[in-house]
Amino acid sequence: MIRHSKAPFYLATLLLIAAGLLLATLRHLQMGVPWLPGEQQPVWLVEARIDFQAWGEPVSVNLNIPEQPPGFYTLTEQAASPGYGFAITEQQGDRRAEWTIRDASGPQTLYFKTRLIPNSETAEPLLDPRPVKPSEVFLEEPAATAARALLQQAEARSSNAASLTRELIALLNSQTPDQNTRLLLSDGALAPTLHRLLNFGGIPARIAEGLQLEDARRQQLLQPWIQIHDGERWLTFNPRTGVQGVPADVLLWRQATGSLLDVTGGTDSIVRFSMLRQTVPALQIVRAEADDRAFGSLSLYQLPVEQQGMFRMLLLLPFGALVVCLMRILVGIKTSGTFMPVLIAVAFVQTSLLPGLAAFISVVTLGLLMRGYLSSLNLLLVSRISALIILVLFITAGISIVGYQMGFSTGMTVTFFPMVILAWTIERMSILWEEEGAHEVLIQGSGSLIVAVLAYLVMRAPLAEHISFNFPELHLVVLGVILLLGQYTGYKLTELRRFAPMKRYL
Amino acid sequence: MMFDWIRPRELTQLGMLSMNKRNIDYIARYNDRQAYPLVDNKLKTKQVVDEYDVPSPKLLQVVREQHEISHFREQVANLNGFAIKPAKGSGGKGILVITGRDGDDFVKPSGSKVSLAEIERHLSNILAGLYSLGGSPDDAVIEALVRSEPMLARYSYQGVPDIRIVVFKGYPVMAMLRLATRASDGKANLHQGAVGVGLNLANGHALNAVQFDRPIEQHPETGLTLTDIRIDNWHYLLNMASRCYEATGLGYMGVDLVVDAEEGPLLLELNARPGLAIQIANGQGLLPRLKAVEALKRPHLTPEERVHWAMTCAGAEDIPEPHRSIPALEPALQA
Repeated sequence: MIRHSKAPFYLATLLLIAAGLLLATLRHLQMGVPWLPGEQQPVWLVEARIDFQAWGEPVSVNLNIPEQPPGFYTLTEQAASPGYGFAITEQQGDRRAEWTIRDASGPQTLYFKTRLIPNSETAEPLLDPRPVKPSEVFLEEPAATAARALLQQAEARSSNAASLTRELIALLNSQTPDQNTRLLLSDGALAPTLHRLLNFGGIPARIAEGLQLEDARRQQLLQPWIQIHDGERWLTFNPRTGVQGVPADVLLWRQATGSLLDVTGGTDSIVRFSMLRQTVPALQIVRAEADDRAFGSLSLYQLPVEQQGMFRMLLLLPFGALVVCLMRILVGIKTSGTFMPVLIAVAFVQTSLLPGLAAFISVVTLGLLMRGYLSSLNLLLVSRISALIILVLFITAGISIVGYQMGFSTGMTVTFFPMVILAWTIERMSILWEEEGAHEVLIQGSGSLIVAVLAYLVMRAPLAEHISFNFPELHLVVLGVILLLGQYTGYKLTELRRFAPMKRYL
Repeated sequence: MMFDWIRPRELTQLGMLSMNKRNIDYIARYNDRQAYPLVDNKLKTKQVVDEYDVPSPKLLQVVREQHEISHFREQVANLNGFAIKPAKGSGGKGILVITGRDGDDFVKPSGSKVSLAEIERHLSNILAGLYSLGGSPDDAVIEALVRSEPMLARYSYQGVPDIRIVVFKGYPVMAMLRLATRASDGKANLHQGAVGVGLNLANGHALNAVQFDRPIEQHPETGLTLTDIRIDNWHYLLNMASRCYEATGLGYMGVDLVVDAEEGPLLLELNARPGLAIQIANGQGLLPRLKAVEALKRPHLTPEERVHWAMTCAGAEDIPEPHRSIPALEPALQA
């Protein structure tokens, strides 16, 4: 009798759907969970190989390893070094891999592998507002005069530290170097000279070492890059071109001031790099990242693996329910028991379709035959259903054993069917048979099976599995759609046929 | 025939009420949940309509407990005909009609015999809730046998013909006569194959007839032309149906009436979820009539006024004017 306005309902439902979509989009953007299953993302596998000659005494090897390299996200790190103890230490922004062994002699090889995901979000240099002082540089004459002249020349054409650096690099790389430049470059390579010059000019600078990433390259060495501190952050320059910023295909391995490699107890040490471009499922990355991202704590990947498996199944149920809603409200298929088809579909997911169908039909048929005998026993309903449950158990055991003897392991899968549901299905079908005839049993039975198979197909779809587990918030959308379906007052598909005789009265 | 479809637009044009719309816009909106037990339990229905002068078949016995079944034998010893119904049954399920005796056995309308043991098993099934909604434990109601008035009975095959009247907010909006056939096993259930004959609300004359949702001219068994049917006492029947609204408060319901040869019109049962096939039997959609009732600014207060309005809308002339309710009484009635 009460006539509510429908507006708040629709508003709430739309909010529900919008919230679901928004959360899913946020999750996609924040954590990079892919919309589609099987999406691949490139990953660089970079391997540092350290070779040295051990002296036969305690050895300790120290390798600087990347920490938040701009433009990359570290997925995994791992060391391969038989017999060595391994640890990752961090001191004053200097992240190091440390191998130790009590006694080693002869040629030694150690590996450090890291997998990195290109990530454009982290390409910006990190804020580092600590005041940095330029290191003390003493230049002897005439280098000092040459350096002053060069700095003056560059200063005249620049406005700040960054542009000064660019100008200096341009001068040093000039095709027609003047006297000062030639003098300065005569006793050193380009990058160390630049480093000295900048610090001499009062600009805090350091040499970073980067790796040019190219697929399947081996025996690569690090190349020097120049970094200056502009008061807020470390800016990176290519000392060969003067271009500011780190290119996407360059991994800055060492940004700290410490040395790249320290070896005690050995000699002739060298570190070389090889790299490989791999693709891994984007989901794997999400799983690895789940720990340290904002959305991570809301992810189902936080659960123990066992519970994850259970949720994977449970989270498919809304899709099954949606199929039942669509079939009953829009199409108008008759089923025996409202959600029996969903439970059967869940069983199908475990048994796979054809063996499941065969098992289901044979159990129900055998059950119907036995129920015929039960009905002549004049039993009370409760004990009849209970007896039926036990009979269904016998039937499934029989099918399993016969199937196994005949070499079909699929016969075993029949145990996935919910016994009680099967018993009730048989009871309902049997009564339907007695009251409305075999015709109605066929209609409702096949209706249930059609809906169950459809629900199965939807739940088995890789997309459904992927979406339901990785974007649990999308179930809000399913909920919203189901709520909206509950307001559908139009004709069902079957009614278009049922009411067809009305054409005469048009 | 398999691919015979009608366009949704055409259905809208005919004003056909759909299942979804019936459930949302009529049953859910106008039927108070609290009133459901009144119609879902035949015992309660009997009691409540009795106070509003709506007669129903005589109640002979109620079996509530398993052990009472053994007394059933003694109590039916001197009965020739009776009907056993589950109190909470729906859609005619679990109704067993006995029309006579043959020695120790009982005879069904179809002529087949039922032993006492079978009847007792049937009672036991009813008590266990086999036929009730949701399978909850139930009572078995044993009623006096309705013997249909011969004029109508001759149209039906074995079973008793009944008249279904859809009553919306107390106004009769559509009616049909249901005749049992061999296909329906003597039951007046349309989806089991009974014949539905649409009735003109104005005079109780047949409009057209359907079986299995398809139009027919003659009854498949009795061979009588169905469009000749005239229902007597039509005005009285509509009044009876309309009074059930006061009794139950259900805004949208189906009232099933039978005409007994001796007792006259009786209420068989009420249905809070009446089916849609009545539209096919009438060749008209329910929606225009339902909307006409909804559009009434000042609803009529008495069953007589409502029936008068409904019959006038259907085109009836020279029907007795109802007693006008006195306007001065209205506030008092509402209070």
